[in-house]
Amino acid sequence: MSVFIDKSTKLVVQGITGRDGSFHAKQMIEYGTQVVAGVTPGKGGQKFEGTVPIFNTVADAVRETGANTTVIYVPPMGAADAMMEAADAGVTLIVCITEGVPVLDMTRVYPFVKEKSARLLGPNCPGLISPGKSKVGIIPGRICTPGPIGLVSRSGTLTYEVVFQMTRVGLGQTTCVGIGGDPINGTNFIDCLEAFERDPDTKAVAMIGEIGGTDEQEAATFVREKMTKPVVGFIAGQTAPPGRRMGHAGAIISGSSGTAAEKIQAFENAGMGVAKRPIDVVSLLQARLKN
Amino acid sequence: MNLHEYQAKDIFRRAGIPIPPGEIAHTADEAAAIATKFGGTVVVKAQVHAGGRGKAGGVKLAKTPDETKSVASKILGMQIKGLTVHTVLVTPAADIATEAYTGIIVDRSSKRAVFMVSPAGGIDIEEVAAKTPEKIMRLPVDPRYGLLDFQAMRMGEFLYADIKQARAAAKIMKQLYQAFLQSGASLAEINPLVTTPAGEVVALDAKMVIDDNELDRHADLSALRDETAEEPSEVLARKANLTFIKLDGNVGCVVNGAGLAMATMDLVKYYGGDPANFLDIGGSSNPEKVVNALRIITADPNVKAILFNIFGGITRTDDVANGIVTATKQNPLKVPIVIRLTGTNEEIALKILQENGFSAMTDMDEAVQRAVQLATGGKAA
Repeated sequence: MSVFIDKSTKLVVQGITGRDGSFHAKQMIEYGTQVVAGVTPGKGGQKFEGTVPIFNTVADAVRETGANTTVIYVPPMGAADAMMEAADAGVTLIVCITEGVPVLDMTRVYPFVKEKSARLLGPNCPGLISPGKSKVGIIPGRICTPGPIGLVSRSGTLTYEVVFQMTRVGLGQTTCVGIGGDPINGTNFIDCLEAFERDPDTKAVAMIGEIGGTDEQEAATFVREKMTKPVVGFIAGQTAPPGRRMGHAGAIISGSSGTAAEKIQAFENAGMGVAKRPIDVVSLLQARLKN
Repeated sequence: MNLHEYQAKDIFRRAGIPIPPGEIAHTADEAAAIATKFGGTVVVKAQVHAGGRGKAGGVKLAKTPDETKSVASKILGMQIKGLTVHTVLVTPAADIATEAYTGIIVDRSSKRAVFMVSPAGGIDIEEVAAKTPEKIMRLPVDPRYGLLDFQAMRMGEFLYADIKQARAAAKIMKQLYQAFLQSGASLAEINPLVTTPAGEVVALDAKMVIDDNELDRHADLSALRDETAEEPSEVLARKANLTFIKLDGNVGCVVNGAGLAMATMDLVKYYGGDPANFLDIGGSSNPEKVVNALRIITADPNVKAILFNIFGGITRTDDVANGIVTATKQNPLKVPIVIRLTGTNEEIALKILQENGFSAMTDMDEAVQRAVQLATGGKAA
């Protein structure tokens, strides 16, 4: 099994004719994802790569193809509307790759998507991949391999680094989920931990956090109180100065809150394995799988 | 993007918030002329993107135009938290009866704009929150309905026992919320919100941070950016579409992706070194970005070694290799460079580097250790 996406995932790509959208649509098709539709307003009726039908609206795409998942590659100023359009069309999983979505837009998107009972992943995230089954987003397929680890992360390339190290020693993954680096996102660590706890094929979980906010601290409490499976954690940003945004809009220490030390302490209090270096995630997972 | 106090005050004033008059000066003579115009005692306030201006000596009273001139000449050119003061705001001194705090931030956990108000104003609100949390009222605003009248009034009454002052404060809350929304702000703050002996409620200070992601919608606000008030290397980086933050160490870091960039800095520290910067060249591959990144990093005299850590996903490592070759041809490096790259088009990248006399590693930990060694002259592990 896997979480959130599998072989039955039917994907629509919003922004399929754009530079990023078209590149990654091809990559996803190559990986084996069922890309059933694209959406670009004004290009309805055309075909992407001669095979994937393009629609003007997400509602049309869902009606005609039965798509249940969408991935969004539209520019930042239009991303909020794209997410809400997808939720309104009845898509149940919305993955927003777009970076640079205004945070006040997200205060409106979040309750809208919740009311429609859709799951939003992102924005500003690399998407997710269930190795061997389906990939939605931009995580490179070749660094992943099927196996027993569930991975959830706020970062893109740091995730690739850790997944690559796992794959290199034959430690495969059920699903790798990038929840994104923005201050307001649709899916948080706890949502993913819950899903991994329920998934029978996931035997252990890796959680890659970073400075800013309290998502990791709350996740640590969840691990202590609700998880039976082992969880290993890493926090990036131990050397980050306070008050500065470290690339990700959400990676900022505000006053004394959201520091790496505070998060690492929370992980330790929850009895999690805490990796000092990204590479240590692998050995900690291996050790916990043996027990 | 941070706004200066005088810029935020202009926005608040346009929203209808009562704010005493004020004008800006770039020289001591200009400041004295403004003081003459206002008459009476004035306050001279440094306009700089740093908190704690008062403690640093950047806010001073002056009774006469002559005193204004001498005070302004001391504040102009002064360094506050490493930033030079180029502008002062001159404003008539106000008589203060009480000081309160009013602010709006976007709160991550409730995923809403949240008001924070406190009758204990004029001081650090974080300190109030930590020591006397009962003196703070937090009020999340539902974006679907905006700030409702009764909510604004509840905050007004929390601040003031006098009903007239409570109503005046409630009106200010509504105006502040409008200014916050319309500017695409991530923070809007009045500290202090004062009452005068005559009973009026007036905003004496103003702070506003605009969400950088909103600037495409607000050309008028983008124009308010004061580049003289920022770290020069960070201005260069922003223009080159790089995310760069200067730090105090000696290992210059060039990384793709924010998370990996932070993890790389941490690893430099882990192996006994100190990172000179945070630098994310972003996801898309573009040799030009690498050229700009190297230019910015080598301009820092503290940098004793340069470390590239590239995990190619969307980023093509051959583009990065080409960027390194181009940049070093234009400006030969004076410090050693350690290159770690793996992922997309790795074989081509390694070939390009080798042909141009560079070597590259594929393991992150090895590369970081090597860079630290070179930066510290082989002393660290």
